[in-house]
Amino acid sequence: MTKDKAHISVQDLNVHIGGNHILKDLNIDIPNKSVTSIIGPSGCGKTTLLKTFNRLHDTAADVKVTGKVLVDGEDIYDPNTEITHIRKKMGLLSQRPYPLPMSIYDNVAYGPRIHGTRKKQDLDIIVEKQLKATALWNEVKDRLHSSATRLSIGQQQRLCLARGLAVGPEIILGDESTSALDPVSTSIIEDLFVKLKQDYSIVLVTHILRQAARVSDYIIFVYEGRIVEYGKTEQVLRDPREELTKEYVKGYIV
Amino acid sequence: MRRRNLEELFFKFLMVLATLVVGGSFFLIVGTIFYKGAPYMTFDMLTKTPGGGFYIGKEGGILNAIIGSMYVAGGATILGLIISIPVAIYLNMYMDGKKFLSNTLRMVFDVLFGIPSIVYGAFGFLIMVYFGLRASLLGGIIAVTLLVIPILVRTLDEVIRTVPLELRDAALSLGSTRWETAKVVLRAIRPGIITAILISFGRAIGDVAAVLFTAGFSDNIPTSLHEPAATLPLAIFFQLGSPIEEVQGRGYASALILTIVVLIITILSELLVKKFYKHKS
Repeated sequence: MTKDKAHISVQDLNVHIGGNHILKDLNIDIPNKSVTSIIGPSGCGKTTLLKTFNRLHDTAADVKVTGKVLVDGEDIYDPNTEITHIRKKMGLLSQRPYPLPMSIYDNVAYGPRIHGTRKKQDLDIIVEKQLKATALWNEVKDRLHSSATRLSIGQQQRLCLARGLAVGPEIILGDESTSALDPVSTSIIEDLFVKLKQDYSIVLVTHILRQAARVSDYIIFVYEGRIVEYGKTEQVLRDPREELTKEYVKGYIV
Repeated sequence: MRRRNLEELFFKFLMVLATLVVGGSFFLIVGTIFYKGAPYMTFDMLTKTPGGGFYIGKEGGILNAIIGSMYVAGGATILGLIISIPVAIYLNMYMDGKKFLSNTLRMVFDVLFGIPSIVYGAFGFLIMVYFGLRASLLGGIIAVTLLVIPILVRTLDEVIRTVPLELRDAALSLGSTRWETAKVVLRAIRPGIITAILISFGRAIGDVAAVLFTAGFSDNIPTSLHEPAATLPLAIFFQLGSPIEEVQGRGYASALILTIVVLIITILSELLVKKFYKHKS
């Protein structure tokens, strides 16, 4: 796939939660192998949008999704689409790290195991590779079998990233992934995103404009459930076309 | 001002008095059992089954009832758990869009929770009669299982609800099926399951009404599910009903044994609950 071809394509997307119209007629193409940030004030629907990409709304009551979300050309809301296969394509990094209640090793090996990798040698290789990819290997290599909850919160978040990468996704979804982290851990995660975009398409929800400026190639500005502006990072932040974006970037809308 | 001060004093006095009544009755109960039972608390009570003439004051012990109660409470807790874990998982993880149905089911379990245990005993007895079973260990286990299921479901339901939704999302995002996600949740609530087991066991071992018709009574330790089994609460009941002082004393000693068992279980579950919440953060 070429760099600019759409990886996720959203067409006429509408989402209702409990009778409230949260996302209104969205159309976006999210490019391959780049970082795309979704920005906007609290409650504008950023996270809701992100969750529609891997159908995490399925587990919530009263959520109605209409329209199409195409991932690699496959409509994920088609009743015939097998959802575990879609979710396997995307790694989710949530606001706070939620390590699985098991050891560091088993956290990373969990995904490969449920998808059929059983051999210890294979799992060893995956675990080492992903922990190295997330700059965690040197910190944990001597205690791989101790509980993941004993790690610091920044380490836990990197572990969650390694866990997601171990499944072999093509897309990484980040939902304000650094909001619970200290500045050092935040910059480690940001650097990882920049490095990982060579191999993955990355979509981030963030409320920190400077973060969006630091890591992303494209920015989507969402306001009250609609896409106000979508373009290259430079352009959206320095020279916004829309009045609303201008106000948000200047900090008038929070 | 004087009136208000008097009022303050009066109600404070009432509160202290009520608290003393509650706290005092605990010590009074334990004290009475200890005072009356301790002199008859022999090693034989714990290690022997009733010999001939035990109920007119001759030698023996209540090992039959101790073991019988362990069997009934243990069997019912295991059976109850096997039924309750799937119910709790189903309620929380498979009924996403069906809030009305899951809330109705929760209410049903609340109602079952409040039904007196004699009703479970009577119901168990009817089932036994229908199937032509005699009073037996199996009958007792079934009746007590019915009694503890609502307790287990409610406890497990609460525990599962403490698991952050994000943990489920994390497992789902890795491509887990619902059942694989449920297994992750079950791993996360292991300490909570232990607590539920202890609460259920404590309730099961002390209940008399559910086993009254169903488990029967026997001086022997049951060797199969179809033999009748003695239970501690019934052993206490029979011995206290005796006019012979020796036997009555042993009744109090039996009550002391049961109280100690329940006390150990309560303290154990308190400690485990504390441990559970400490690790949650």
